[in-house]
Amino acid sequence: MNIGEHFIEALSSITSNKLRSGLTILGIVIGVAAVISMLAIGNGAQNSITNSINSIGTNLIYVSSGNQTGKVTNPKAITIGDANALAQLPEVAAVASTVQANGDVTYNGQNTRTQVQGVTTSFATMRSMTTASGDMFTDANVSDRSSVAVLGSQVATTLFGDPTTGVGATIRISGQPFRVVGVLASKGGSGFGSQDNMVLVPITTAQSRLSFRKRQPDAVDQILVEATASDTVNQAGDDITATLNQRHHVANGISDFTILKQADILSTASSIIGVMTLFLGGIGGISLLVGGIGIMNIMLVSVTERTREIGLRKALGARKSDIRLQFLFESAVLSLVGGIIGVILAWGISTVIGNIAAANNTPITPIIDMNSILLATLFSAAVGLFFGFYPSNRAANLEPVEALRSE
Amino acid sequence: MILMNENIVEELSKSAKAVPGHPVGGQTAAVIVAHELTKTYRMGTMEVHALCGVSFEIQPGEVVSIMGPSGSGKSTLMNILGCLDVPTSGTYILDGEEVSLLRDDKLAVIRNRKVGFVFQSFNLLPRASAIANVELPLRYSGGGNHRKQRAKEALQLVGLGDRMNHRPNEMSGGQQQRVAIARALVNNPAILMADEPTGNLDSHSGKDIMQLLLSLNRDRGTTVIIITHDATIAAQTQRVIRLRDGELEVSA
Repeated sequence: MNIGEHFIEALSSITSNKLRSGLTILGIVIGVAAVISMLAIGNGAQNSITNSINSIGTNLIYVSSGNQTGKVTNPKAITIGDANALAQLPEVAAVASTVQANGDVTYNGQNTRTQVQGVTTSFATMRSMTTASGDMFTDANVSDRSSVAVLGSQVATTLFGDPTTGVGATIRISGQPFRVVGVLASKGGSGFGSQDNMVLVPITTAQSRLSFRKRQPDAVDQILVEATASDTVNQAGDDITATLNQRHHVANGISDFTILKQADILSTASSIIGVMTLFLGGIGGISLLVGGIGIMNIMLVSVTERTREIGLRKALGARKSDIRLQFLFESAVLSLVGGIIGVILAWGISTVIGNIAAANNTPITPIIDMNSILLATLFSAAVGLFFGFYPSNRAANLEPVEALRSE
Repeated sequence: MILMNENIVEELSKSAKAVPGHPVGGQTAAVIVAHELTKTYRMGTMEVHALCGVSFEIQPGEVVSIMGPSGSGKSTLMNILGCLDVPTSGTYILDGEEVSLLRDDKLAVIRNRKVGFVFQSFNLLPRASAIANVELPLRYSGGGNHRKQRAKEALQLVGLGDRMNHRPNEMSGGQQQRVAIARALVNNPAILMADEPTGNLDSHSGKDIMQLLLSLNRDRGTTVIIITHDATIAAQTQRVIRLRDGELEVSA
């Protein structure tokens, strides 16, 4: 018999018991669809998070006080003076200091609690923020301790009902009046470092008018450093460490501050999502395995039911390999059909989840790549062959005399 | 019905003469040579001697019936003669080939080429049409572009030329047994083994099937071996091999 005949025979035997075959196939469909859609969603999430981190800027280095890896007691605060010293380093293109706290922002009865950041003007350009309406406050605003604020688009939406209006209005932050000079353009993204849900005020104003009190008057929470290029980030990091060690009189080699490169954040986030994707894919893989066991189960039943037929075929001259191929083809066709339907279903699931995510303002675009389709289809075919092997071998090794005698 | 097909039988028997493996007149080397066949089954610690040294020959073109009460070793002998099983000792030469020492796959090839089986319960594939059932042995003999044609000729030979696309459940018992006979003949085997071929049929269609087997022997020279416990069936054959307790009783 050639492959075509085997295939047709397998199809006719599968269609002769539609309900049973359908349920068996369903097991594989669910497994394949789970694997592919989980991988697709994982890939999509990875892409979305990578993009949102990249959109913050890739050459950035964050410097903050304290060191969680070493045992540091009484770390010195990071100060404006430190920031000015770092600005002198050759690999450093720009420096911005920030203080931050959560504050209640109100306007005309509307009220939202959000992160209030006191920043210098370079902050917005370093974080690639642009305004949708109005402008960023100026250096003069910073030196004058002006009560001006720039709103994230989500805050503007909450207060004014529109992500671009609000310029010129006077809002209150923790009770203090601030004039809105600009609204930031939405960047999307959610969770980590969401740029849409924050309010920017001059750092000097924040230190004096809002209750961001520090032990030292010139202390800041974080210094943002932008390296001149992505390949000087590491050098800049080393220089920053050296400069601050010197300024903080670090003697024992354990810095009392932490520097965090954007690239580190990116790779950490990627590896977290990678693990998550693997985990989800693994769950999908388990359901595929269960589907495979379903195939084996049904093939064993089928072999038992058709013992007499197997005996007859052997009496008519079928060799072991003929019988083995017949049953292997059946299980392979079952799992292949399941695999194909599973791929289609996974595509549907991914589209639906992508739409749901978009509707909820967390744009994850599930990515079904050729690799995951190939992986799942090959895996399902392998499952079919693997779990078909034992039953078909059992059929092939039946003694014709015994098989013919069975009822 | 059989009369209707006499012409076709004539025609086919002519063409069958060219087929190798089928005895053609002249030299009469025995198609079956069984020498001192024994078969011993082990059941736990007990040994059961199903056959204890059976020897006989069957010439090409003979119609032989094998009779015996249940437990006489009749089925065991049939399994060995049909190459479904091998003897514990002794030699069995089928159509010039020593088969008593062959293993599974080699035996399968011998069954395919040299033995045509007709079973008491027909054993047709229920989902397949008559012609697909008849074609089945040809599928396992590999190649063969004229499978449809040969299956069609075999069905015409047994008088079912107009039922080729019917399924077994659309046919009477007699018709189903005709399909089984066509299937047994389609590879031009050296012997036709019929195991109680009329056992599941009413007396009328039973008579028909016996007539068909005898006419196949008469017109095509097919060697027919019938396993039966029905004396009236055995009486229609040229020779009766009787078994009792695993030994030959009378061999005429």
